[in-house]
Amino acid sequence: MSDITKQSLTELVENIKNKKLSSTDVTKAFIERSEKSKELNAYITEDFTSALDKAKKFDQKPNLDLKLPGIPMAVKDLFCTNNVKTTAGSKILDNFVPTYESTVTENIWKEGAILLGKLNCDEFAMGSSNETSFFGNVQNPVDRDLVPGGSSGGSASAVAGQLTPITIGTDTGGSIRQPASFTGTVGLKPTYGSCSRYGIVAFASSLDQAGPMAQNVKDCALLQEVISTYDPKDSTSIDFKRNQYSKELTNNIKGKKIGIPKEYRVDGMPKEIEDLWQKGIQYVKDCGAQTIDISLPHTSYALPTYYIVAPAEASSNLARYDGVKYGFRAKGENLIDMYEKTRSEGFGAEVQRRIMIGTYVLSSGYYDAYYLKAQKVRKLIKNDFDEAYKKVDAILTPSTPSSAFKIGEKTNDPVSMYLNDIFTVPVNLAGLPGISIPAGHDSKGYPLGLQIIGKAFDEQNILNIAFAMEEKINFKNKITDWWIK
Amino acid sequence: MSKKNSEYLINRKDNQYEVVIGLEVHAQVLSESKLFSTSATKFGAEPNTQVSLVDAAFPGMLPVINEFCVKQAIKTGIGLNAKINKRSVFDRKNYFYADLPQGYQISQFKDPIVGEGKVILDMPDGQKEIGIERLHLEQDAGKSIHDLDPQNTFVDLNRSGVALMEIVSKPDLRSPDEVSAYIKKLRSIMRYLGTCDGNMQEGSLRADVNVSVRAKGSKEFGTRCEIKNVNSIKFMQMAIEYEANRQVDLIEEGKSIDQETRLFDTKKSETRSMRSKEDAHDYRYFPDPDLLPLEVSEKFIEELKNDIPELPDDKKKRFIEEFRLSPYEANILVSDIDTAKYFEEVVAKMGKNKDIKLAVNWITGELFAVLNSKGLEISQSPVSAKNFAILINLIKNGTISGKIAKTVFELMIDGDKDPQKIVEEKGLKQQSDPKALEALIDKIINDNREKAIEYKQGKEKLFGFFVGQAMKASGGKANPQLINEILKKKL
Repeated sequence: MSDITKQSLTELVENIKNKKLSSTDVTKAFIERSEKSKELNAYITEDFTSALDKAKKFDQKPNLDLKLPGIPMAVKDLFCTNNVKTTAGSKILDNFVPTYESTVTENIWKEGAILLGKLNCDEFAMGSSNETSFFGNVQNPVDRDLVPGGSSGGSASAVAGQLTPITIGTDTGGSIRQPASFTGTVGLKPTYGSCSRYGIVAFASSLDQAGPMAQNVKDCALLQEVISTYDPKDSTSIDFKRNQYSKELTNNIKGKKIGIPKEYRVDGMPKEIEDLWQKGIQYVKDCGAQTIDISLPHTSYALPTYYIVAPAEASSNLARYDGVKYGFRAKGENLIDMYEKTRSEGFGAEVQRRIMIGTYVLSSGYYDAYYLKAQKVRKLIKNDFDEAYKKVDAILTPSTPSSAFKIGEKTNDPVSMYLNDIFTVPVNLAGLPGISIPAGHDSKGYPLGLQIIGKAFDEQNILNIAFAMEEKINFKNKITDWWIK
Repeated sequence: MSKKNSEYLINRKDNQYEVVIGLEVHAQVLSESKLFSTSATKFGAEPNTQVSLVDAAFPGMLPVINEFCVKQAIKTGIGLNAKINKRSVFDRKNYFYADLPQGYQISQFKDPIVGEGKVILDMPDGQKEIGIERLHLEQDAGKSIHDLDPQNTFVDLNRSGVALMEIVSKPDLRSPDEVSAYIKKLRSIMRYLGTCDGNMQEGSLRADVNVSVRAKGSKEFGTRCEIKNVNSIKFMQMAIEYEANRQVDLIEEGKSIDQETRLFDTKKSETRSMRSKEDAHDYRYFPDPDLLPLEVSEKFIEELKNDIPELPDDKKKRFIEEFRLSPYEANILVSDIDTAKYFEEVVAKMGKNKDIKLAVNWITGELFAVLNSKGLEISQSPVSAKNFAILINLIKNGTISGKIAKTVFELMIDGDKDPQKIVEEKGLKQQSDPKALEALIDKIINDNREKAIEYKQGKEKLFGFFVGQAMKASGGKANPQLINEILKKKL
């Protein structure tokens, strides 16, 4: 089979189970394509030799009952992987090799998958274009010099460019859904507490969630089924009844009530996005669902709230990178001098900016005005959703206010960069699940995504809606393999 | 009872000053593992051998609360007659230091697990109640070691993450003696509860001491200084004395006191400035997003209440009522749980016909003296409670005299010997046969006829001489009461 990398995860699993393909065939194919795709700069660390060894070992004694039998997979470099360098896209962890495995990746390997390598991302997942990575920009396979979105930019690029059949990202304010939208792929941010945060380099603990990024909804459901487990090692992990998401997946969404929040019609939103949204509304209606206009009145406060809460937590979470125990250390005259030099040289500009914002909003005298108020607003935003869900089963919005932009276009304007998260951030603040699916193209031919937001722990429902819409939309990504010579 | 004579005041020419003290005691929770990780907490282990990835703050590592430590804190709260908060919150206290791997300490700031309570102190002039402001759980930091290498500082993270209870008193203490009594009382309660071993040498119990002074009779508080991390009662007392006098001197000179953090220099016996209020850290407290608020049910608290042993105050009351002890005696016996245990075991082993007063006198007298001279705790006593009880019974039933008992006790120390056997083997049994004693006394009177006549003529002092002679002749074994009776009759 020559076009192994064009197959979806579901097809690959089936072909391995039917013994039409071996793990070695599949792993080799993705390694070869990855080798030819260096220009995308999707990988920070390649683990190809070891991946092939594992594939061969798998083939010698294949366990075909597993959910991901011998499937190679690259993962975002925010997941700690035992014995494989984990950088979080930062110089400060440039030399860091964990002796432990994150629960989410552990779950993946337990189902038979094989690590291909670690994928590029914004430094400590802080960014919306993958341009803050210490390891350089990532190219969007859709077009040269186009950002893949962020922070899971490497993951999005690798899935869209077929360097890995599927991957995982993390989403703190949109870091899965926005790059999925920019690259024409599917990305799910699960309910907070669905996937363990154990072993994931923390950005903002109360918002961070791992989730799958895939070529289609079914693949996405399958991976979600694997990664979502209750984990006592994470005190915020929640013990709830998890569905067999891929097995229970259905396109029957007849009678479902889909909310259309008027507050998401923001000023200056391009007409293309509005048109896409209207098309989305038509699709769900075509599927037999009903749309209802709803109001999420505090939506406009979500972004400023997010940019207080997330940096506050980050400023504290990143205090451990001090040059004392592991990672990069600069020489200093004394302890304070060493701290200052290590953190000045080890962190990039965006990370430093957020540490400063976070430190400021937590400072005595400012805490009440910023952090405490933000927490109160966060509660109001959550209440908005609770109210809405009395009337509807899910909510449909655009994923992003624009399509992907060019590398360098927004780097000097952090606020305009932050605006990218405007539709995704409220979901994190409310701890809800959200999925972005590709739904069309803009005039430049760049993909655009729609977001379906669900009730807490109702991943199955939004996966079903996405699955039904996917069929109607019949999206085809326009990828020309321009980077392969 | 008048308080006047024991009031602790600092006197200057025309003025008298009162000292106001509040303590923040850091008590290490007695627990096999740390507050948020499963690492061991053994004292004195090789550096960095009790450190998990969580304790060393590796990327992606998360804290998970140790339920046992929560129980210990609640039990301590119950022991302090305090309000147990069903909902408490862990916060991050942010600051940078080499032995603080996370860059923050997980503590409880706004919502502690235990609220207001009180402890009762037994002072020479009566009881005094000291208010407890709160008790909260927090992590200990690691240890920086600066003196092993001229260029480098070494860090030992064994202590990093160990559970501490910070017990904050109200500013109710007024003298170094009250501070001493307070610390001893806290330690006693926690040792009864098994929630802290109270070992100050090993750092299981240490305190930040807040000191201010004010003119006697004033109701306003003065500006306070906090003396950090004092780890013995003696040092606390010395530090308070020095600090109070320093503050009084400043006032007398018309100067003001700066609110600041100070250190106690144990070599120079003085406090000195560590950092001023302006330099105080901004700890940027905020709720730790890695931990959910800690919620405990009424049932959970009730079950712990049922698990609380008899505490020193109740035990004291019972000892006074049940054993007719004086408050003073009862205090001595209950202050340390092991002493109380020993005493109660002795009482139990003495059986029906027992002399509790005698047992108390012997425990606080002979036994304490031996323990002191050997530097032993009562739990390591060379004489078991069982043999001790037998000895007291031997005195009580007249088998041996108190004097002989001391000899027997000396012999018991070596190998916890049975006093009954010692008495038999050494033939130390008291002579209580009246006929034998009469014969003995007849002989003495005969040998000392002159003196007997002098006595009869009115020189009554000589009676003691005859008693002494009789005891001597019996090798100390004669029953002194019988000797007295017989002598009176014969002379």
